[in-house]
Amino acid sequence: MNIENIPKSLKTFPREKAFYFFTSIGNYTGVSAASLKEFVEKINEVNVKSLEFHLYRGDFEKWIGETLEDKELAEDIRKLQKISLTGDALRNQLYVTVSRRLKHLTSQFSPTRF
Amino acid sequence: MKIKNDALTVDATDLKILKALQEDARQTYVNIGKRLGIAHSTVYDRLRKMERHGIIKQYTAVVDGEKAGLKSITALMTIYTDPKESERVAEELSKTPKVLEVYASLSEELLIMAKVVAENQEGLHAFIANSVAPLPGVLRIRTSIVTKKFKETPFSITNDADKLHL
Repeated sequence: MNIENIPKSLKTFPREKAFYFFTSIGNYTGVSAASLKEFVEKINEVNVKSLEFHLYRGDFEKWIGETLEDKELAEDIRKLQKISLTGDALRNQLYVTVSRRLKHLTSQFSPTRF
Repeated sequence: MKIKNDALTVDATDLKILKALQEDARQTYVNIGKRLGIAHSTVYDRLRKMERHGIIKQYTAVVDGEKAGLKSITALMTIYTDPKESERVAEELSKTPKVLEVYASLSEELLIMAKVVAENQEGLHAFIANSVAPLPGVLRIRTSIVTKKFKETPFSITNDADKLHL
């Protein structure tokens, strides 16, 4: 497997490119994610207010689209904004959307596949 | 005014000169001398010494940003840090022009407090998310945006005038 073909979504980024979860302007929770795998894990543990804050500001979509360069997942996240979910319903839907994408990418680029 | 091990100790006359300057930094040595009943050359000598020893840091203009039409917001950040990294966090913050003041405090946890200005709320958030949260040792951040300023004054000799019997 050529390592250069691995999508950025499966890479771990340095801390300056990680995603930092805030609950409101300037209020950082102390939770961050430096990869899509970590991002999925943190969806389940971060304060749900943080998920609401970032989803409706378009921060998730921006980080996934620009840093992870995963336009497909960024589009799925953008669609989630239109459903206007809040609380645990939002957490669950976000988790399902992102973990499904991660599973798909991992199965495609797993070393055992080659 | 005494110099000991290259450190300057100010006396009552120096403090009076500083007080006069803080009231109006543009007045002449002659003016200050007249007010205090000392020679203008004494005022000059003492001021030069205090400048050389860093007691007088700078002469500056205090600008009312609002009246000058400069739109900005001020916020107070409390940054909870890993004690091993707190010094470095404070130093990094101090390098940033947006950050006006930085303090360390030991309460239940080690805190760094900082006053920051930004063009608007988005600018403030971007600065904290991109430049403060990623600093190694930052555990979490609480930020309060200032909505009304009741008092803001730099340190003044007159703050302690009673104690100094000036």
